[in-house]
Amino acid sequence: MAEVQTASKTVKFIVTRQDNPESAPYKEEFEIPYRPNMNVISALMEVQRNPKKSDGQDTTPVCWESNCLEEVCGACSMVINGKARQACSALIDKLEQPIRVEPMRTFPVVRDLVIDRTRMFNALKKVKAWIPIDGTYDLGPGPRMAESKRQWAYELSKCMTCGVCLEVCPNVNDKTSFIGPAAISQVRLFNSHPTGEMNKDDRLDTLMEDGGIEGCGNSQNCVRSCPKGIPLTTSIAEMNKDTTKHLFKKWLGR
Amino acid sequence: MGKNSYFNRKLHSLLGVIPVGFFLIEHLLTNFEATKGPAAFVDQINWLNSLPLVLLLEIFGIWIPLLYHAIYGLYVAFTARNNVSQYGYFRNQMFLWQRITGVLTFLFVAWHFFETRFQVAIGNVEHERLGQTMHDIVTDPVLLTVYVIGVLAASFHFTNGMWSFLVSWGITVGPRAQRISSIVWMVLFVAMAAMFIASLVAFMDPQFQELPVLSEN
Repeated sequence: MAEVQTASKTVKFIVTRQDNPESAPYKEEFEIPYRPNMNVISALMEVQRNPKKSDGQDTTPVCWESNCLEEVCGACSMVINGKARQACSALIDKLEQPIRVEPMRTFPVVRDLVIDRTRMFNALKKVKAWIPIDGTYDLGPGPRMAESKRQWAYELSKCMTCGVCLEVCPNVNDKTSFIGPAAISQVRLFNSHPTGEMNKDDRLDTLMEDGGIEGCGNSQNCVRSCPKGIPLTTSIAEMNKDTTKHLFKKWLGR
Repeated sequence: MGKNSYFNRKLHSLLGVIPVGFFLIEHLLTNFEATKGPAAFVDQINWLNSLPLVLLLEIFGIWIPLLYHAIYGLYVAFTARNNVSQYGYFRNQMFLWQRITGVLTFLFVAWHFFETRFQVAIGNVEHERLGQTMHDIVTDPVLLTVYVIGVLAASFHFTNGMWSFLVSWGITVGPRAQRISSIVWMVLFVAMAAMFIASLVAFMDPQFQELPVLSEN
């Protein structure tokens, strides 16, 4: 069969790689065949199928994490052309080439683009981002939530713990202990829930500990970068108000 | 710095407004008297010095809070990982400028204190002759430039800091309130900077070379 000759359009990539958590990062260039509607994940899959650098030399396949491929799980967060975002919703047609892909270095790098987001899950545990309903007997139904409240609270519940807001925050780094915007917004979510509200003060207390809400320096990068459009700075300001009230209540109320 | 960064940071934020911010405004108004001539300026200085327990007011109302705000502020400024080149959004740029002007203001205030209040304390200058000290400074183009940069930095740091203060204490919560607050404080920044520079220009007047004839009080 005659070979079909097409103009071979390609996509150029510069990937920042790292072999293990301790080793130094290095860059590798890839040039992969273009297909319509590609995203960064499908391009990385192409590298996985044929792990050759653009100079033709063999290399190891690039490692990354991904699950849902529809921007709801947050696993494939990485820095693409200088901006932290999800690789699955980063469409090749909309990106300037060469496409520079790096891991989110605010977090410990496991390998290549794989990062360890444990600190985010620890933060959720710290602020008790859940509604305690377990008891030794049936506690019955909880109070109802007003529809007007539910509507904005639902927006906060879209947080997928992807880590973009921590990556873009100038105050989340290895010199500070700042908990980051995501967990603060979750405190607002669970404190607004009629049952969650019963443990309101516990959550506010954790925001008033070392590395709590005071770490926010109002750069507001988080709200500009959140892929789910969560009003993170409004959440932070709202929690500033609540922690301020709580502070005075603790000082003057006993 | 103690165990609880929440308390330290909140104290830093509060002291930046009360009393340090109040003092900055008071200082601006005193300086602005210079635009009415040396006599008005000296009257204002004498009035300030007539306040009861003026040294205690200075120590507890200015120096200690200012020192705490400055030192903790340096710690805050140098623990940020600025990323304006990557994320060049307006508020992120203001975040960086707040830290740059903070450091500039710290250096400027330290030098300005040494040139004025410290010289009074060691007996080199009398309070009434500070107008002459200022006249000598602002007629030197290099020192005038330093002063202009210093007052611009201080005015920006105060007004932008007020924007931040209103967010950090939960007063301006939503995006609309914060946007209006941005505009209001930037207008006030321009007004403050203009008043400071007008005061500096006023000190250039040769009338400040000699001690003015004082009014009866």
